[in-house]
Amino acid sequence: MNWINAIIQGLLLGGLFALFACGLSMLFGVLGIINLAHGDLAVLGAYVAVALLPSVHTNALWALLFVPPMFAVFGYASQRTLLRRSMESGPLTTLLVTFGLSVVLENALLEGFSADSHSLSVGSLVTKAFRPNSSISISYLRLGILVVAVVVLALVQLFLARTGTGRQIRALADDSEAASIVGINTRHVAGIAAAVAFATVGIAGLADGMYAQFGPTSGGTLLLFGFEAVIIGGLGSLWGTLVGGCVLGLAQTIGAQIDPTIGVLCAHVVFLVVLAVKPNGLMPATVDA
Amino acid sequence: MTTDGGHVQVTTPSAPEGSAAGVRIRRSTRASRWAIGPAVVVLAVLAYLPFLLQQDTTSTLVNFFILLVLGMTWNLLAGYAGLVSVGQQAYIGVGAYAVLWLAQHGMNPFVALPVAAVVCAVVAFPTSWLVFRLRGGYFAIGTWVVATVFALLTIRDASLGGGTGTNVPHLDGYDPVVLRALTYWAALVVAALTLAACYIVLRSRIGIALTAVRDDETAARAVGVHVPRAKRIVYLVAALGAGAAGALLAISQLNVQPNNVYGVQWSAYMIFVVLIGGIGTMEGPIIGTIVFFVLQQTLANEGAWYLIIVGSIAVAMAVWARQGLWGLLDRWGLRLFPVGYRVERDHAGQ
Amino acid sequence: MSEPLLEAHDLVVRHGQLVALRDVSLQVHAGEVCAVVGANGAGKSTLLRTLAGLHPTSGRIVFAGEDITRESAHARVRRGIVMVPEGRRLFRSLTVEENILIGEVSGRSGRWDLDAVFGLFGWMRDRRHERVSHLSGGEQQQVAICRALIANPRLLLLDEISLGLAPVIVQQIYQVLPELLGEDIAVLLVEQDVAQALRVANRFQCLLEGRTTLEGSPADFSAHDVEAAYFGFAAEEPAP
Repeated sequence: MNWINAIIQGLLLGGLFALFACGLSMLFGVLGIINLAHGDLAVLGAYVAVALLPSVHTNALWALLFVPPMFAVFGYASQRTLLRRSMESGPLTTLLVTFGLSVVLENALLEGFSADSHSLSVGSLVTKAFRPNSSISISYLRLGILVVAVVVLALVQLFLARTGTGRQIRALADDSEAASIVGINTRHVAGIAAAVAFATVGIAGLADGMYAQFGPTSGGTLLLFGFEAVIIGGLGSLWGTLVGGCVLGLAQTIGAQIDPTIGVLCAHVVFLVVLAVKPNGLMPATVDA
Repeated sequence: MTTDGGHVQVTTPSAPEGSAAGVRIRRSTRASRWAIGPAVVVLAVLAYLPFLLQQDTTSTLVNFFILLVLGMTWNLLAGYAGLVSVGQQAYIGVGAYAVLWLAQHGMNPFVALPVAAVVCAVVAFPTSWLVFRLRGGYFAIGTWVVATVFALLTIRDASLGGGTGTNVPHLDGYDPVVLRALTYWAALVVAALTLAACYIVLRSRIGIALTAVRDDETAARAVGVHVPRAKRIVYLVAALGAGAAGALLAISQLNVQPNNVYGVQWSAYMIFVVLIGGIGTMEGPIIGTIVFFVLQQTLANEGAWYLIIVGSIAVAMAVWARQGLWGLLDRWGLRLFPVGYRVERDHAGQ
Repeated sequence: MSEPLLEAHDLVVRHGQLVALRDVSLQVHAGEVCAVVGANGAGKSTLLRTLAGLHPTSGRIVFAGEDITRESAHARVRRGIVMVPEGRRLFRSLTVEENILIGEVSGRSGRWDLDAVFGLFGWMRDRRHERVSHLSGGEQQQVAICRALIANPRLLLLDEISLGLAPVIVQQIYQVLPELLGEDIAVLLVEQDVAQALRVANRFQCLLEGRTTLEGSPADFSAHDVEAAYFGFAAEEPAP
């Protein structure tokens, strides 16, 4: 029965990874940016909540009201200034720039908040759970995170598929030069795409902060899992990212079930195996001829 | 070509030996020929330093040489082969732990150093097949994952110190002053060999192949450059270098800790060194290491600020000064390490 | 003659060290069809792309009396300068209808809307939800033209629309042109097929290595003159 619990926990964990990877996927798919600072941005979101919430006992769900909008503005500004400029020098430059920013961000958080770990309070929600029987426990919080992940992914998909701005973003992703020829203000639209991506990472950071303790350097692991989820799921597919996240989550929890110390290792090894066997991922978006 | 009443005659210009119509192809530059003398002097001076300086200073210089090795090899990977890796710490770790293991089984750590480097190259060979399945930024992530996996596997072994690390045996038998000097000379030799190795690789056919790959991979394949093999060789050389650097770390610090040797901060250092100095030239990483090192020493007491400042400088240079400091200083195409070809007017002829 | 709709003066465009356009000037009046011809690499596409706002240039570009030399591409679209680029450049992950609708982003109103452009080519309405990658080259070209028309252009730039298409299809497409001319739209087109270009054009300009070698009305020049300008022979060569 513990195995079933492990599977359930793995799927729930997958929700968190998928939520985090959503922004990563957008930044790469639309803007061609491999954002190595994405993990640190998530952690930054959690720290913003820590800094702005009135007390350490305030329910961090309130932070969902102000962190995403702040991050959206931050994303828009970053894209129109630094990121666009570095993309002009090439994708490898952007990689190095985001890596450098990641280091700067981590150390700035270290200076600002010290190395102590924090966590975000969700009040009594943290202990509530479905307990269908004695060995299965589905925490409301974790289930909530999975639900939020699915909702966010669905909203982003809808936004891209059904709205005018979403259409412009998809056009920009396909061919940015043609996009400018048809009259799209590419810099502005790129900024919007970045804003959406940053907003999602803000939400992911809050979720991560509620899920577990975090510190200035927590971004690294999250980043690796996020990219692994995107690669396992197949580049270009948002729902594939959910699948990828669940695969990683399952690997981690089932591995931990076998031996508590190998959970994280199992997840990474599963990724390497998928990479060796199916480098295009499990659900790559169809590539048109 | 000449035409005369329907016949077309084609005459090719005759090729005088050694040069064609007034130009010569040379490999060295005036600057590089002049640089050889001072370089030998610098090397001799560096070798003599342990007799002149305090122990602390020679220890610091060991760290400088480690950084130089890492910067040079990362530059080879990213600046020439286009392989932007953030996972070289995988081989720093393997190199350090190889020395530890060998020392635990009776080998002298200094003898273990080259063995450890070779072990890294051996490990890098199958790893390259795996990580080369990814491109660009995803390759970078893949290397980071590999480093993480190596670390997680290593810390499972309690005899190697587990998660907290352990001391390197056989080093306590040395007199401390002698140990410092030997460590310093080992580091100097490794740095010099790395410089030489990079220079040889870049001057060779591999080097030309790499420049072609860097400029346009598809075109390079089209003219017959064996791209995967060129990249693999560079990846192995970089692993060798990182392994030697890791081995030096183990020897100079007298112990091996997983968070230290497998830490991603080493990638940060390598990348910053090359971004500041200039990517894609031999001289760039040397300048970058000097600047980075000076900054590191100056800001040593400021805690996390030094990485914030250095990181910001590196980011700024990546965006606004891609050629790095060497590129900014080098208006005249100076090449102290001549790895390219130059076409010069032949004044010796007619 | 009325004021020209578009005037370009002494355009110089560089790609790295290569000079693609040298001191090229031209004028286009409303209601006119002007063809730019020349061999590969002569600079024709560069000229169109520069007018569309994709390349910076020295010199001046004046549209409807206003200097637009420094304006971005999307700002020029808002003014009514719309290009159908070489190679169609449709958006692969958008459907036929979405590709056309995206042309409305500039907000220009006029006679062309989705219904009107669907009326131009019979097959489009029924296949509006198909992915454009499933269409033939000719069909894609037609979608690209509709995408440009729906922006209600004042100046239409057509870059090599016959490239890669069967002559029959090319004929069909050029037959649509007269429907547009009644609107006082100006058309500036680049064509490899010189004969086709000269059939539809009121004026033409020939480029060679970035320079203008001949300009005027097709009626004023013989085929030999055009050939000479195209290939760069001296104009007075004795006939063999």
